[in-house]
Formats: sequence, C-alpha cells, structure tokens
Amino acid sequence: MIADAVGGILLASITLYAVLGGADFGAGLWDLLAGTTRQGRAPRALIDESITPVWEANHVWLVFDLVIFWTAFPTAFAAVMTTTALPLWLAVGGIVLRGAGFAFRKEFSTLGLERAAGATFAFSSLLTPFFMGTVVGAIASGRVKADATHASVTAWTSGTSLLIGFLFVAACGYLAAVYLVGEAAHRGDRELERYFTRRAQLAGIVAGALSLGTLAALHHDNHFLYSRLVGRALPLVIIAAVCGVVVVVLLTIGRRMGVRAIAVLGVAAVIWGWGVAQYPVLLPGTNVTLSNAGAPHATLVAVVVVFAVAVVLLVPSFLLLFTLQRRRLLRADEAAARPVGGAPTEA
Amino acid sequence: MTALASDVIPARGQMATTLGFHIILACIGIALPTIVLIAEYIGLRRGNEVAMTLARRWSQAMGVLVAVGAVTGTVLSFEMGLLWPGLMKRYGSVLGLPFAIEGLFFFLEAIFTAIYLFGWRRLSGWAHWWSGMPIAVSGIFGAMSVIAVNSWMNQPGGFTERNGKVVSVNPWQVYFNHAAIYEMPHMILAAYMVTGFLVAGVYAAGILRGRRDRYHYTGFAIGFVPTAILTPFQIFVGDTAARAIAHDQPVKFAVMEYVEHTSTNVPEWLGGIYVNGKIYAGIKIPKLDSILVGFGPNTKVVGWDSVPGSQRPPAAWLIHLAFDVMVGLGSLLLLVCLWAAFTWSRKRRLPNPRLFWWAGALSGLMAIAAMECGWIVTEVGRQPWVVYKRMTTADAATTNGGVLASWTLVIIVYAVLGVTTILILRMLSRQWRRTDAQEVSVPYGPNREPVGTEAEP
Ligand code: HDD
Ligand code: HEM
Ligand code: HEM
Repeated sequence: MIADAVGGILLASITLYAVLGGADFGAGLWDLLAGTTRQGRAPRALIDESITPVWEANHVWLVFDLVIFWTAFPTAFAAVMTTTALPLWLAVGGIVLRGAGFAFRKEFSTLGLERAAGATFAFSSLLTPFFMGTVVGAIASGRVKADATHASVTAWTSGTSLLIGFLFVAACGYLAAVYLVGEAAHRGDRELERYFTRRAQLAGIVAGALSLGTLAALHHDNHFLYSRLVGRALPLVIIAAVCGVVVVVLLTIGRRMGVRAIAVLGVAAVIWGWGVAQYPVLLPGTNVTLSNAGAPHATLVAVVVVFAVAVVLLVPSFLLLFTLQRRRLLRADEAAARPVGGAPTEA
Repeated sequence: MTALASDVIPARGQMATTLGFHIILACIGIALPTIVLIAEYIGLRRGNEVAMTLARRWSQAMGVLVAVGAVTGTVLSFEMGLLWPGLMKRYGSVLGLPFAIEGLFFFLEAIFTAIYLFGWRRLSGWAHWWSGMPIAVSGIFGAMSVIAVNSWMNQPGGFTERNGKVVSVNPWQVYFNHAAIYEMPHMILAAYMVTGFLVAGVYAAGILRGRRDRYHYTGFAIGFVPTAILTPFQIFVGDTAARAIAHDQPVKFAVMEYVEHTSTNVPEWLGGIYVNGKIYAGIKIPKLDSILVGFGPNTKVVGWDSVPGSQRPPAAWLIHLAFDVMVGLGSLLLLVCLWAAFTWSRKRRLPNPRLFWWAGALSGLMAIAAMECGWIVTEVGRQPWVVYKRMTTADAATTNGGVLASWTLVIIVYAVLGVTTILILRMLSRQWRRTDAQEVSVPYGPNREPVGTEAEP
C-alpha cells in the first residue's frame, strides 16, 4: 500500500520535472532554432528573461526524482543505472554544459563570447531530453533486466526508445512554446506572441505524431504495455489527445485563456497514462514491482513524510517565485556590474 | 575480481575529482549567503553605502558560483548510481533518506536564491534582506544532510540487515549517527572558514597592491571578522573528532598518526614519509600521541597491525601528511586570527605589517587546502570500506567498464569549468572597478549605485 503511495509520489515528482524543467529544455530548442544573432534577438531575449531566474529551482526536481527513486526502489534504480549508463552519462553531459552555458552567458556577453555560451546552452538542451527519453524507452519497452550487471546499448537504441527520445524533445519544445506565448502576451508583444504560437502549434503536432508512433511501436515491442495503454489507461490517453488538439485549436483561433493549463494537463496525462499502464510493475518484462523493489517500511514512511513537508514548504515558495517572476519583479541586477558607458579606463 | 578491480580505481578517482571540485562551491553556497546578508544588514542598518555595494557585487558572484555548484552537484547525484550501483542497491534505502531531506533544502535554497539575486532592483530594502534568510538557513541544513550520509558511511547505524538485505531502518539513527556529531559542525565551520577567508583574501590582495581605501577595508573586515571568531571553535571540533576516531575507527587513526603496533607511550610524528616500516624526514615527539588521545602517556593506542593488510587503507603517507597539513594550516590560520585580535584589542585597528596582509590574502587558499586534506583523511582513510566494516568499495563499484574514459572527460570538462569560473569572476571584478572609476559623474537608472567608494579614506 505505502509502496503504491511512494510510487505515486515518484510519478508526481517526475511530472513536475517534466512540466517545469522540461519547458526550460524546450526553450533551449527554440533558442537554437532562432536563427542569426539579429533575427533571433527578440525571441532569445524573451527566453532568457523567462527562464534565467527559475531554471535552477525547476532543475532541483530532477535531483529530487533521482533521490526518491534510489531511496524507495533501490533494486530497480541500480538496474536502470547499470543498463542505461551510457545515455545517462550523455544526459549528464548535457546538464553540465547547459548549466554552465546558462551561468556564463550573461557575463560572456560583454566579451562577445555570448554566442559560444548561447550555442552550448541551446545544443545541450537537446541532448538531455533526448537521452532521458531513450532511458524511459528502455524501461517501457522492457529492456532493463532486473539483475543487470552490464550496460547494454541495444536496450536504449530500439525504435521505441529512439521514438520516445524524439518525443521528449518535441514535448519539451511544445511546453516551452506554449509558456512563451503566454509570456509574450503578458508583455504585450504581439509579434513574439505570433512567433511562438506558430512554434507551439508545430511542436504540438509533431509531439502528437510521435506519441502515436510510440504507441504503434509498443504494439510490436511490448504488447503488454500497449494493451494496458489502450485498456485501463485509455481514459488518460484520450485526455492527453484531447488536450493536445484543444491547445492547437485554441492557439489557432487566438484564444489564450487556459492554454497553458491544458497543455500541462495533456503532458501530465501522458506520464500518468504510462504509470497506470505499468502499475504495479516497475520494470516491465521483469517481476520487479513497486512492492518488491521497495525499501523497508520505515524508509517508505519517511519518504512520504518528506514529501508532505516538501509540499507544505515548497508550494508557497514556488508560488512566491512564480508570482514575482510573472509580475516582472525579478530582473538581473545590472547596476553593480555594468560599466556606465564610455571607454574602459582601467587595466 | 580483477575485472571488478579494474573499474574501482578510476571510479574512485572520478568520485574524488568531482567531489573535490563540488565541495569548494558547496562551501561557498553554504556560507556566502550569510556573508552577503551581513554586508547588506550593515548597509541597511547603518546606511553604509560601501557595505551595500559590496553586498550587491558579492551576490552577482554568488549567482555564477551557485549555478556551477548546482551543476556539479547534479553530476554527483548521478554518480552515486552510475559509479556505485552496488552501494545504492544494498543501502540506497538507508542513505537515501538524508539525501531526500537535503533535496528539500536544495529547493528552498534555489527558490530563494532566485528571489534574492534577481530581486535586488525591485524588492524594497528589508523585504529583500529577509528573502535571503532562507538561503542561509537551508544551506546549513542542507550541509547537515549530506554530511549525515558521509558520516553514516563512517559509522553506519540505524538499520538491520538480514542475508545482505536491509529489512528495517530507523531514520533518526541514520541521520544522527555517531560520526555526525563532529562531522556536521566540522564541515559547516570549514565552509564558513573557506568562504570568509576567500572573501577577505580578495580585499587583502587589493590592499597589498596599495588600494588602501574604505571599500577594501570594509570588504576585508566583513569576510574576516566573523570567520576569525569561528576559527578557534573549528580547531576544538577537529580535536574532538580526532579523539572520537581513535575510539571508533582505530585503523584510520593509526594511519593518520603512523601507529604501526598497538602500544602505550606512542610518539607523535609531525610530517615524515612512511616507506616499508621506516619514517623518513619526520619530527618525532615522544609520548605525545598517547597524551593527545587519552590525556596521559599510558593511553593505549591501537595500531594498524590490529587488522590484516587487506583491511588497511592504502598510502599511509598520504593520509598522514594530509592530516598534518590540515592541522598545520588550521593552526596557522588561528595564529593569523589571534594576531588580528591582539592588535585590535590594544590599538583598535588591524595590524599594519605586510606579512599580515599576505597571510590574509592567502588565507582562503589555505582554508581550501585544509578542507581538501580533511576529506582525503576521511575518505581515503576509510578504505577499503565504502560503508565501514559493512561493504568494500570494490563491491560497491560499477562493473560496466569505461570509467577511465568518463574520468578523463570529467577532468577535461571540470578543468574548463574551473578556469572559466575564475575568469568570469575576474571579469566581474574588473567591471566593478571600471564602474567605480566612472560612476562619480554619470547618473543612471532609478537605482543609482553608491558613489565614490574609491575616493573615501
Ligand atoms: C577549513 C578547514 C579545516 C580546518 C582548519 C581543520 N579541518 Fe579537520 N576536516 C576538515 C576541514 C578542516 C574537513 C571539512 O575537510 C573534514 C573532512 C570530513 C569532515 O567532516 O571534515 C575534516 C576532517 C577531519 C578529521 C577526520 C574526520 C573523519 O575521518 O571522519 C579529523 C580527525 C580532523 N578533521 C581534525 C582536525 C584538527 C585536529 C584540526 C586542527 C587544527 C582540523 N581538523 C582543522
Ligand atoms: C556527503 C558527502 C560525501 C559522500 C556521500 C561521499 C561518498 C563517496 C563514495 C561513495 C566514494 C567511493 C567509495 C570509496 O572510495 O569509499 C567516495 C570516495 C572518495 N571521496 Fe567521498 N563522499 C563525500 C564527500 C567527499 C568530499 C567533499 C570529498 C572532497 C575532496 C571527498 C573525497 C573523496 C575521495 C578522495 C575519495 C576516494 C577515496 C579512495 O578511494 O581512496 N568525498 N566518496
Ligand atoms: C556525494 C555527495 C554529494 C551529492 C550527491 C551532492 C549533490 C548536490 C546536488 C544535486 C546539488 C545541486 C542542487 C541544485 O540543483 O541546486 C548540490 C549543491 C550543493 N551541495 Fe552538494 N552534493 C554532495 C556533496 C556535498 C557536500 C559534501 C556538501 C557540503 C557539505 C554539499 C553541499 C552543497 C551545497 C551547499 C549546494 C548548493 C549549491 C551551491 O550553492 O553551490 N554537497 N549538491
């Protein structure tokens, strides 16, 4: 019972990372595709301003997910970390480059190295979601063995895994574009609003197509999961599909009310659909389930307690952060650093 | 077994590289918020514009450093699983708990860091100051939580195992294990020493270069004074730690102090290199080690011959010298603090001799060196165990191969990361100086920078 609750907590934390951190990665995609320095100035500035203050807090969800995973389901954790070590290392590489690109970008701008840092940030934003997607693909397609002692390349390079990798990239781009439409509208910038609307629609359609492709691939690859997805998880799959269509339609007719929430709901429905389809199996194709990969009772209770405390402390904190951010009260403080103009006098 | 062993060495090396790097940023992440808040407090309370400028500037540097800290920390989280799957599989449910609590504090830290750093312009004075408070507090609790893990590895407790499987856990006893009592304060004090002395060192270097103005003296004092007050406590805690280790981890202690055979009247070795039963170039003080451990020469000290060779840490010389360097540097830093306190008590000013300012300028680097050496003592001294007397490092390591490649990459990437970080900080400081030079005549923005910091006496 309590193992199920902790499984739910893990899935909820993964969902939060996907809709918060995922969008930050997606913004990197649009940064990469924003064209030359001149063309891309406005969208890049909006991206920069929207995520610089919040990316780090969003990123902590990833750390939290990892920790919950290894604390509550250590056996499954070790199996995943062993089997898919390579894509995980690559994802870590992406995280390092991306964070560093972010940290240094502003400061590099005065050196004219802004593009190098920006390109690093943008490119690595693609790596991480893609390789994380392949890891999820390896799990979902039943290629992670319970007692794995060696990394396996075939585990994460199957068609299903690669499709899910691309799906992750597209979904991140989709969420980011939808959020950025809102940000642009909030600033009253009609042109950027249109700019990101087009991209949100495009990414939405691509992500939808990739989702269907994944479903088709699972039909061959892991029929059990497929039958669960069109069986007990069908309501969630339908919600996801409906949300995707509604977002694209709303954006087309120029309505923005509730678009973000619907997009988030859609992505969440996909994640929970996966969870419900697998339940109670943790690693499909093995007999590792939530309860037998689970830690001792006291550990699981402690995880639930930590999560409850987290909710109590973090919900108001995140609300404060996002509210300040929306009201544009959080701006980089240039006052201390920027030279006031004129030629530098000092060596 | 050989196949296993081939991965262990690079895995240990990679862990040491990434931790040794992260820990410096972690120290800054733990203590810099407090120091910035002290500066801002002085600025707000006393209307001290110089302190206010310093607070603003330090928070810019903090923005860069915290981001690098977050990135390198994330690497560590992955490494726990990627390099040590054996450890996580068996003990993940035990040592995961303190990490989960740490995660909570990371959230608070990251959220309020964002509010504090990006709120300088638009949040009003005291509201802004208070937004920094949660960062300082969660830094301390976060550090306690990670150290709970490390100290648990040194003194595992709070769980029961049956057939190599953990069957029950007592979270409190895991978190507050036997070693936590000294490791937690020792590390947190180390973080404050590293950061405070680094900050002070930057301005001491400026003063050495002739920038003897109020801006530089204020910067030095805000870093130096709180740290100087904490230093004696650090020495006390370290001494307590050493005595606890003599009792709880006798082999580690024996290696730290070159105690080969269990005996009484054990001498203390200062420096010296141990090779095949002989100690070269060391200074021997008769009976002192026994006196330090049990306050009398008749105290029996356990030697490393009490366990078979396979259960002793490698490289006794490394552990011993690292311990001596830590203690030596700690004592030296204490002397610098005492010098300042002495001059202050008699003349109400800081010492004038250039030697003092040289020591001040180097104090940050000395504190970092002491801290890294301390970690070498703790971690290498625990070998061959990853979890003391429960699991060997070889059993914990990945069997995947390829760690040599990832370690090489890590070294390259971290070298670039480190150099870039330092360059960025230098660039920031140049910009600040340029701003100071021009500031006086040029008005801008609603939030004008305080004026004339360089001109004041
Ligand atoms: C500014 C840094 C600093 C300074 C000045 C000192 N230490 Fe330290 N020491 C550390 C920073 C440190 C640390 C943060 O690196 C360690 C590693 C693990 C820990 O908890 O603290 C450490 C570990 C450590 C250990 C091993 C703990 C273990 O294995 O679990 C001992 C016995 C001491 N210290 C003793 C001392 C003594 C007697 C000092 C007196 C001068 C001293 N330390 C100064
Ligand atoms: C909470 C904090 C820490 C944890 C959980 C931790 C964990 C580990 C683990 C799992 C290993 C590999 C197994 C082993 O060699 O025993 C290791 C090795 C090592 N760690 Fe730590 N560590 C921590 C802090 C640090 C820090 C801050 C340093 C700073 C330099 C450090 C330095 C090392 C070194 C040098 C090794 C290699 C030791 C050897 O194999 O000879 N550790 N650590
Ligand atoms: C194996 C050991 C360790 C792991 C797995 C680890 C993990 C992490 C992670 C994931 C972060 C980033 C959190 C974020 O996104 O904001 C981080 C940052 C941090 N870590 Fe570590 N860490 C380890 C060792 C240590 C040690 C020994 C300390 C100090 C006692 C420490 C103190 C901190 C602090 C203060 C931060 C905040 C970032 C900053 O302000 O620079 N960590 N760590």
